[in-house]
Amino acid sequence: MRSPTGNEIAAGEVILAVENVSLAFGGVKAVSDISFDIRKGEIRAIIGPNGAGKTSMLNVINGFYTPQQGRITYKGQTRAKMRPHEAAIGGIARTFQNVALFRGMTALDNIMAGRSLKMRSNLFWQLLRYGPAMTEEVEHRRRVEDIIEFLEIAHIRKVPVGVLPYGLQKRVELGRALAMEPDLLLLDEPMAGMNLEEKEDMSRYILDVNNFYGTTIALIEHDMGVVMDLSDRVVVLDYGRKIADGTPDEVKRDRAVIDAYLGVAH
Amino acid sequence: MLYREAGQYKTSYAADEAVFALREDRIGLIVVLFVAFVVVPLTSHDFMLQAVLIPFLVFSLAAIGLNILTGYTGLISLGTGAFMGVGAYACYKLTTLFPSVNIIVWVIASGFFSAAVGVLFGLPSLRIKGFYLAVATLAAQFFLSWCFIRVPWLYNNNISGAIEVPTRTLFGVPVTGATATSLTRYFVVLTIVVAMTWFASNLVHGRIGRMWMAVRDMDLAAELIGIRLLPTKLLAFAISSFYCGVAGALMVFLWYGGAESAVFDVNQSFFILFMVIVGGLGSLTGSFFGAALIFILPIALRVVAPALGLPLHPSTVEQLQYVIVGALIIFFLIVEPNGLARLWQIGKQKLRVWPFPY
Repeated sequence: MRSPTGNEIAAGEVILAVENVSLAFGGVKAVSDISFDIRKGEIRAIIGPNGAGKTSMLNVINGFYTPQQGRITYKGQTRAKMRPHEAAIGGIARTFQNVALFRGMTALDNIMAGRSLKMRSNLFWQLLRYGPAMTEEVEHRRRVEDIIEFLEIAHIRKVPVGVLPYGLQKRVELGRALAMEPDLLLLDEPMAGMNLEEKEDMSRYILDVNNFYGTTIALIEHDMGVVMDLSDRVVVLDYGRKIADGTPDEVKRDRAVIDAYLGVAH
Repeated sequence: MLYREAGQYKTSYAADEAVFALREDRIGLIVVLFVAFVVVPLTSHDFMLQAVLIPFLVFSLAAIGLNILTGYTGLISLGTGAFMGVGAYACYKLTTLFPSVNIIVWVIASGFFSAAVGVLFGLPSLRIKGFYLAVATLAAQFFLSWCFIRVPWLYNNNISGAIEVPTRTLFGVPVTGATATSLTRYFVVLTIVVAMTWFASNLVHGRIGRMWMAVRDMDLAAELIGIRLLPTKLLAFAISSFYCGVAGALMVFLWYGGAESAVFDVNQSFFILFMVIVGGLGSLTGSFFGAALIFILPIALRVVAPALGLPLHPSTVEQLQYVIVGALIIFFLIVEPNGLARLWQIGKQKLRVWPFPY
């Protein structure tokens, strides 16, 4: 189940380039000297054993952490430091390994909150909830309803997300990220803790997002079957270092990758 | 049968986005407003208006203010009393400096002074959260309380150190001072509280309300969807303090008719905080419930004992009142930790499916 556009992507334009990035917490090196790029329109998987530095890498990309060394070029702009909300303005959306929804709000409000950046009406109209504020609210509601329909969560739109089962929470979180209409979508283990059926559903959503909206996706995932099926290119990390980078087939045959996953006799 | 949403189809997103989407809710709101604006003034006597309803409305407004900050944005504040004080002293200074300007204008304007002070003391909220923020706002409380006592300019160098509210008129009818009737005061307070509640309800149901709640529930994720934390928190501080400031001005000008600095001490802050917690964090209706339970219940108890013909000494009644109110607060919090607003919601849900259990 490869992306039909896979071959064109190989020569595609680079949307994000990470060069020689190192990140340490005190003496602990989370990420050392990592370089890779993400091309426009591809699904890029980041894999590796636990503690390999995958989530740290995503946190560097969307500005939660500032790397001590290295450069990150996003959409042709190299930056030393970026705040998370600046990343959001630049079109980077993200889901979390442990669901980070707004638990007290309904599914609908969560996804509507994802559109905060795109809503413009000022305090005066907000106070009246009339005129531009209401027009805007309805217009964005329509966009959000499209996402709700796409993710098949219409039946839970008015339910507080705190009481939803885990699989649905993951879907609402994906919906909130999609509501931002991102150019680059970072998914941190979107299928962790799901059963086979839920994984298949989620895989379908990810492929559809990539195909229909043309969204570039960076994906962290432990399920190798999913990674090999979904992704166009895979980067493999181990102990904070990059050990392999290439198409799923290349990576699967790589000696270092096999050693990292299966262990190696010393 | 009384409360059904079956058969009420919403055919547009605008209808679904309405604050009162159910017909029954709209009817209920109209009934409440009718009672407040028509029935109460026709039937109530001075004690009822002056000692029960006006204070209830003032406390409700302050509770809404604190609820915006604590319930919706998740920032705990112990400075409510001080922010109310800023409103009251600002209103006093403004109306004594410019006596010709309408008092209602100054009551509202005093909210802006309070908002500015609120923003100033809200600045630490970017770096500190929870109990630590509560301590920071407590510092604001003590500092401002100190100002209310030590800066004689604030109370026009009055020897008693208190504010004395001058008589001010609206369309020729006195609304403040000794000659204003309680009915006039009631109408002024009611109108302001209803209007500001409506504004607050509009705010929390829209974009800004969602941004506040996002910051409350998960600030990291909020930042990630493009919400800048500091401006969002400061806006919550500003609007919350605005409400508290207006409530403080109303309290002195339309209820007490004069006040000392002790009115705005830390006890007042706790009093309002109890209302918000008992009423329900993150609920405007809850703010009214909380104010009713904490403020009106003790008065009701005081009236009930003589009415039942119990031969109790007034001081015994006073003691009993504390015991009963305390016990009730604990009872309500055990039964429903999310406050009276949650009980109200559960009640509505039960009505919706009545007579079936679910």
